[in-house]
Amino acid sequence: MEPLTWTGALGGVLNPALALACAAFAVTAVAQIVLSLVVTQPMPQGNELVAPPSLADHAGTAARWSFGAIVLIVLAYAVGGIVLPDPQAKGIVGLVSTRLLPVWIALTVLFAVSITFKRRLGLYGKLFDSTIGMIGFALVMFWVFAGVFGAMDLIVTHDPLAQISGMKNEPPGTPVTQDGVYPYYLLGGDNLARDVFTRMIVGAWEVIKIAPFATLFAFMVGITLGLPAAYYGGRLDVFLSFLANLILAFPVILLFYLLVTPEIVATGIPVYMAAVLFIFPIVFLVILFNSRFFTQPGKRNLYLGVTLVVGLWLYLGIAWNADPLGIIAFPPNLLVVFVSVVFVNSPTVFRIVRGIAMDIKTRDYVAAAQTRGEGPWYIMLWEILPNARGPLIVDFCLRIGYTTILLGTLGFFGLGLSPESPDWGSTINEGRKLLSIYLHPALPPAFALLSLVLGLNLLADGLREESLKD
Amino acid sequence: MGLFILRRLGVMILTALCLTFIVFFLTNLYPNLEKLAKTQGNMRMTDEEVVRWLDVRGYLEPLPVKYGQWLGVLPGYVGETASGQVTGRCISGELTADTAPRFCGVLQGDWGYSTVFRDGVWDIVIKRLALTGKLMFWVMLLMVPAALIIGVLAGMREGSKMDRSLSTVSIVSTATPEYVSGVILIAVFASSAVGLRWFNGTATGAMEDATFRNFFLPVFTIALYGMGYIARMTRASMAEVMTAQYIRTARLKGVSFRNVVVKHALRNALIAPFTVIMLQFPWLLNGVVIVETLFNYKGFGWTLVQAAGNNDIELLLGVSVVSVFVVLITQLISDIGYVYLNPRIRVT
Repeated sequence: MEPLTWTGALGGVLNPALALACAAFAVTAVAQIVLSLVVTQPMPQGNELVAPPSLADHAGTAARWSFGAIVLIVLAYAVGGIVLPDPQAKGIVGLVSTRLLPVWIALTVLFAVSITFKRRLGLYGKLFDSTIGMIGFALVMFWVFAGVFGAMDLIVTHDPLAQISGMKNEPPGTPVTQDGVYPYYLLGGDNLARDVFTRMIVGAWEVIKIAPFATLFAFMVGITLGLPAAYYGGRLDVFLSFLANLILAFPVILLFYLLVTPEIVATGIPVYMAAVLFIFPIVFLVILFNSRFFTQPGKRNLYLGVTLVVGLWLYLGIAWNADPLGIIAFPPNLLVVFVSVVFVNSPTVFRIVRGIAMDIKTRDYVAAAQTRGEGPWYIMLWEILPNARGPLIVDFCLRIGYTTILLGTLGFFGLGLSPESPDWGSTINEGRKLLSIYLHPALPPAFALLSLVLGLNLLADGLREESLKD
Repeated sequence: MGLFILRRLGVMILTALCLTFIVFFLTNLYPNLEKLAKTQGNMRMTDEEVVRWLDVRGYLEPLPVKYGQWLGVLPGYVGETASGQVTGRCISGELTADTAPRFCGVLQGDWGYSTVFRDGVWDIVIKRLALTGKLMFWVMLLMVPAALIIGVLAGMREGSKMDRSLSTVSIVSTATPEYVSGVILIAVFASSAVGLRWFNGTATGAMEDATFRNFFLPVFTIALYGMGYIARMTRASMAEVMTAQYIRTARLKGVSFRNVVVKHALRNALIAPFTVIMLQFPWLLNGVVIVETLFNYKGFGWTLVQAAGNNDIELLLGVSVVSVFVVLITQLISDIGYVYLNPRIRVT
């Protein structure tokens, strides 16, 4: 079989068109910025002063059109790649796009449904009013779907750990020498003759299954400690703030190097840390329900019962690896990664929550609740916390991005995860060693990580913009 | 003000003590000591031999005692080998058991001995810190002006095209960790696969003789990640100042836009970024470790990786003391500077 070209049959028409559109966009975008420094004088027109359309406005229109053209051409690559029947005609881009078909369908459905019902969806719906937010959300959901479908074996083309002889460092689009498997290495083979495309998709799952949960746990810890520190103040605040600053003064990498080693896992310290850190979500939920429903014992007992049974079951399984039913198991080297990421993130969350709560506790509605005789935890969790949700949601998105970067850093230094692990940090680290000769093993995971973090940042920006509007 | 600085210094020393104790605790856990004994002595030592090796060198004393010895508030450990030779913490080189001082810790200026580099910890730290200082100097020189210019240009007309494009640039740069941007930059500018080959892919040569060709990529990689954050802070601060009443007054008086920005707005807009730049140091330390590993520049971050990878306890302690002090001192400077720059805040 012939090796594939990048764009297949579509390339002949679309490549020059794309180059032209990109050049036009670059020129007009720069022109627009430079020309916007020249301010046109407003002219009297009837009773009003009107600024005539300047050169910058024309450049802006041109930039918008050329950007639209780029988007259309990229869409044509993706759709054309799916429609064309023959692999040679599809090219690498077309084949990748075909493999990602479940992701495209899921994204389209999600966006169609969300935009249709956006007025009824609160802050989430408002996200679809902001272009930046939508782009960010699309990038994030792309990787979420890719990770989930990848784990369900819908997208990946090969086994992420399988080595096929003769495929070592082969460029993208090389036909596989072995029969009975997917006939191409779409993005080439790495130094150990494994498929780069598969490893990139499986790496997404590695991030998706750790980063959001680690961030959520860090938030639970930070909120449970930050609210009382701000509300009570005094000694408690001084002590907790000192503790938070202590952890923050620690260089993150040093901490990782000290914590995430097989020797430390052998001493059992991560388990004890997990035991302390993972109790916070249960404490948080118990206080949350108890402070609200203690006047209705029936409801309270139901909620607390469910929380305690499910929470303690998960707690035993995750932290102590002692699930009585034997369903939940957490590999020790993953636990240490999880714990250290939560540990590093929670002091920052603590400081943010403390800062916001300090501000909110001076508001009138808090004073009103105090006058009503509400308990301190009710005020903290049901009066202060809901009013702090805007900045916290924004920070949550940013922090998932930061956690992704931290996970990549751990992989990059080969800490915690097994050396064969397909996560992006490890793959980048492996690929960089041969970077001067072979680019394809290192660049796909690098761009994947970049786009996911960028998506989360843009999403946070969009959310911030929309939440400030009301 | 004096009292404020004194109190901050007190907290700083307390923090440094706590942190070094944590490092001490983590590095002195038994599995780590066992690894140290096996790498320093013999890979095939039996368990009893490991215990003896550690015992003779004083590693098996209780943790607080060892910490006191390292700090120099307790007398150094003295032991005896199987052949009757007297060994001890303070006995090394020309010093014998009789002439050696009783105390030899950080307080006496003795930072210990690195088991990896086979040299005094203090010499290594100073030498490596100088190399990293050179890197940081150029990073600051590139990052701070670039970030401030981007931030001010974006913030002076909020919502303009310039603002949007520059904000996008800074978001992209904050979303690109050093190991991603470094790899992409090396791929584009240093690899033979693309063929540009403008810069060197390693900065090992830059330790002796830094040139634009071998030093630009590491400097730019670190600067890029920090730049976006500072630029966004500057933009927010500038945008806020530009809506202030006195700016409107100046505009209505007929002062040109250029003069309003340069003479009236800039001074007040730069207070917040100053703090941010100072607080950026701990994050830069992170970047330094990654970039020095990526570009094989044997500075402070590289030393940290070597020390941590080989459980070189005393070197690791020296490195962490220095990095903790860098973090705490920059925090102190940022607090004091904030008070000086912003007349509305008074510390009592």
